[in-house]
Amino acid sequence: MKIREISEILGAEVLCCHELLDTDVHSACGCDLMSDVLAFVKDQSVLLTGLVNLQSIRTADMMDMKCIVFVRGKKPDDAMLNLAVERGIVLLSSPLRMYIACGRLYSAGLAGMSEE
Amino acid sequence: MTEQLVLNYSIAGDDFTKAGEAAADFKTVLKKTGVPPDIIRRAAICMYEGEINMVIHADGGDAEIIIGADKIEIILADRGPGIPDIELAMQEGYTTAPENIRSLGFGAGMGLPNMKRYSDGFDIKSAPGVGTTVKMTIMLPKNRE
Ligand SMILES: Nc1ncnc2c1ncn2[C@@H]1O[C@H](COP(=O)(O)OP(=O)(O)OP(=O)(O)O)[C@@H](O)[C@H]1O
Ligand SMILES: [Mg+2]
Repeated sequence: MKIREISEILGAEVLCCHELLDTDVHSACGCDLMSDVLAFVKDQSVLLTGLVNLQSIRTADMMDMKCIVFVRGKKPDDAMLNLAVERGIVLLSSPLRMYIACGRLYSAGLAGMSEE
Repeated sequence: MTEQLVLNYSIAGDDFTKAGEAAADFKTVLKKTGVPPDIIRRAAICMYEGEINMVIHADGGDAEIIIGADKIEIILADRGPGIPDIELAMQEGYTTAPENIRSLGFGAGMGLPNMKRYSDGFDIKSAPGVGTTVKMTIMLPKNRE
């Protein structure tokens, strides 16, 4: 799935890195606690989160993730936008709540990470 | 790359917005060394978790990273309150982080377990009232460019 499709499925606003919208992504995770995100090191490429601070971007960067979706219409500040641009991470803001946003992407075929 | 590269970072304790800068810099340096991406990711996560712990739990500290021919060593030393029961602290889910830290996205109690899982060698020494030192080793494949 392309990041562009994710933004469409979630009715999301693209906040930066428009030039990366055609990047392919294969799996996602939804989480507000960053060390839980960091516990699954396999190729996750999208982070859905309600956590809007520099650490959500740092965490995505550590994991080589390509895209962060902020749920419930949350918006990052300029410092966060600058960091995301510097590290090449697309930021999206969706009005949907976490459960609905994850459900829509999952139904559309974007996988999660399983425990094994 | 056969010679070794040493990186030193001083981690500020009072500034959560800077937390993770050292790990990001370390990752940027590693990307220029020909280390495979999955190993870079593991090493960067180890550093990031350790850095965040020093910021949140120890009012900052010092990091020294030695990138050698066959391994990366990450040494994190702080003069924070120390950890009274290391075995307990190493358990997944154990945290002393207060609610305000959880609202910043930390306090899952997964940092130390993650550091242990992603490193090839993990050693933690801590004394209450004195501080904590964490040493992590990440092995590198032979015959790197
Ligand atoms: N450098 C340190 N100095 C003092 N205490 C520490 C230090 N690092 C960890 N601890 C203690 O060990 C506990 C567990 O650490 P761990 O990194 O596993 O989880 P956490 O930091 O609480 O949450 P998370 O890492 O998931 O965000 C901490 O809550 C804290 O009590
Ligand atoms: Mg931690």
